[in-house]
Amino acid sequence: MIENEQQLIEAIAEMREEEAFALAKAMLDRGEDPVRVLELCRVAMDIVGKRFENQEYFLPELVLAGEMLENIGAIAKPLIVEKSGGAAKKLGRVLVGTVHGDLHDIGKNIVTFMLDINGFEVKDIGIDVPVAKFVEEIREFKPAVVGLSGFLTLAFDSMKETVHAIEAAGLRDQMKIMIGGGQVDEAVRTYTGADAYGSNAVAAVTLCRDWIAA
Amino acid sequence: MSAGAAAYAERMQRVMDAVELRQPDRVPVAFFSTFWLARYGGISYREAMYDYERLTQITRRAMLELQPDMYALPHLLTAIGPVMEKMGYRQLEWPGHGTAEDVSYQYIDREYMQAEEYDEYLLDPTGFYLHTYLPRIGDAFQGLEELPRFPGLYYLRLVVAARQFARPAVQRSLAALKESGDEATRLVEHADRFADDMAEIGFPLANGATAAAPFDFFADYFRGSKGIMLDMYRRKDKLLAAIERAAIFITRQTIATCRASTSNIVFIPLHWAFDSFMSLAQFKLFYWPSLRKLMLDLIEAGLVPMPLWEGDCTSRLETIADIPRGKAIYWIERADMIRAKEILGDVVCLRGNVPASMLTTGTPEQVDAFCRRLIEKVGRGGGLILDCGIGIPDESKPENVRAMFAAARKYNP
Repeated sequence: MIENEQQLIEAIAEMREEEAFALAKAMLDRGEDPVRVLELCRVAMDIVGKRFENQEYFLPELVLAGEMLENIGAIAKPLIVEKSGGAAKKLGRVLVGTVHGDLHDIGKNIVTFMLDINGFEVKDIGIDVPVAKFVEEIREFKPAVVGLSGFLTLAFDSMKETVHAIEAAGLRDQMKIMIGGGQVDEAVRTYTGADAYGSNAVAAVTLCRDWIAA
Repeated sequence: MSAGAAAYAERMQRVMDAVELRQPDRVPVAFFSTFWLARYGGISYREAMYDYERLTQITRRAMLELQPDMYALPHLLTAIGPVMEKMGYRQLEWPGHGTAEDVSYQYIDREYMQAEEYDEYLLDPTGFYLHTYLPRIGDAFQGLEELPRFPGLYYLRLVVAARQFARPAVQRSLAALKESGDEATRLVEHADRFADDMAEIGFPLANGATAAAPFDFFADYFRGSKGIMLDMYRRKDKLLAAIERAAIFITRQTIATCRASTSNIVFIPLHWAFDSFMSLAQFKLFYWPSLRKLMLDLIEAGLVPMPLWEGDCTSRLETIADIPRGKAIYWIERADMIRAKEILGDVVCLRGNVPASMLTTGTPEQVDAFCRRLIEKVGRGGGLILDCGIGIPDESKPENVRAMFAAARKYNP
């Protein structure tokens, strides 16, 4: 790896936003492969993810890293021409949404972002999602994992109803269901009939990896 | 002394014994509820938000049944529909205004202050409120945009600038604000009357004012969750300066409000202090110093700060122990209470922390066992107020709530 490339990875991983953007822009201006630049971003995000798992980094770092990726992506992606390597192979499909009655989206957005940069094909169907819409989206998207998000205690019942509806539609055995957010714990997992709960975005990634690799 | 006055004194004594880390006659138990009361009383959430009288009747019934040692007035947390409607309030969605009839109100996380507006806030917070912030968060404030910019006005320019008050948009705002004010007065009169009635039959209030941690103040109500996280990196110095500035106003307001109440306890719900949000180093830089200063100022004014440490704050326990002994209540949502007692037991009274999941999905036997363990292990030597981690969750089973209140009377430290 040439020196510039290492610098870009480091700048992102160390949260030096301006430097990271300037380095990426200089590389693109010099005519380097935009796909390579995005690949370096992904390598940097692996480091960020590891540090998050090790509790060196927290949510502000994930959000700032997301911004850096978005800004670099915005100048790199238009430069990608067909031949410069096809789309990376995705690991598997994950459908994510906040259950009905609950309007919170911060946790869900972070989970979506983390799954996306870790190579999953994620579909985020928004907040306050009615049970029927979950079932309909699952039929169409055919995810391997469904993530139900909710911050309020009212979400316990909404999650339970959503899991039941998925069962009633005959779709339950085709997927794993994970829940997360707010007060969710093992008692809530049992109550809702989900397969697992996660207490942060990295836990969601780990669950999906375990399930989809298995 | 009347029976009511005697009961009031007895409960106050029990609570203050717990706060001041003396062994009370038994562990006090607190009542904090919003929409659980609607379920308990068989009315819709919307009715609880709009019908002052019915909310009063239901709360009275719950109080008489549960016999709490301290309670939070539900009116000011729940029956806010009419005022918000008259104000055209935009930071919440509530039943009939964005959420369904039986879904609780929810805060809309948004940037109510732009990143580039820190300087304006720092220069003149009141001007920023009048001309920029308030018009964004409520229809009734809209016309205030056209008020004069007061600093810089003087002498005859001040006299002539008075014409801006006559502008149609300003007049419309003042009329709408008067209506909102009249409604808010009715609400508060209702709440005060209820508090007086309850005091007369022996029930003291659990808090006399609510405050925000200065960091949360900016995170929640100004910059939004994403904005604040980026600010921690992109404009750290301005964020810290704004926090320091706001803290002065938060402290003054809180002291004035609390002194007008019968309770000297200040409720401070903490939204962004939890372990998995920011690192301990960030907590010590962005969060704790201004919160600690707020608490010290409240203590200095003779008040009892009661932060609710939402989420799991286990990694903060050592840091937050740096507070005068016997002067505060730390309401703990998720941290393990036995560990919290080890670290904080000689310093502050703990409140909590039956899990929300247990009250909503568990059984009375589970609640009883959990409370017994809390009382016997954490209640020893005083310093415990029994409660759920977040007050009574809206969906709690009534038999579980009863089990929690019964446990306080059944078990001894």
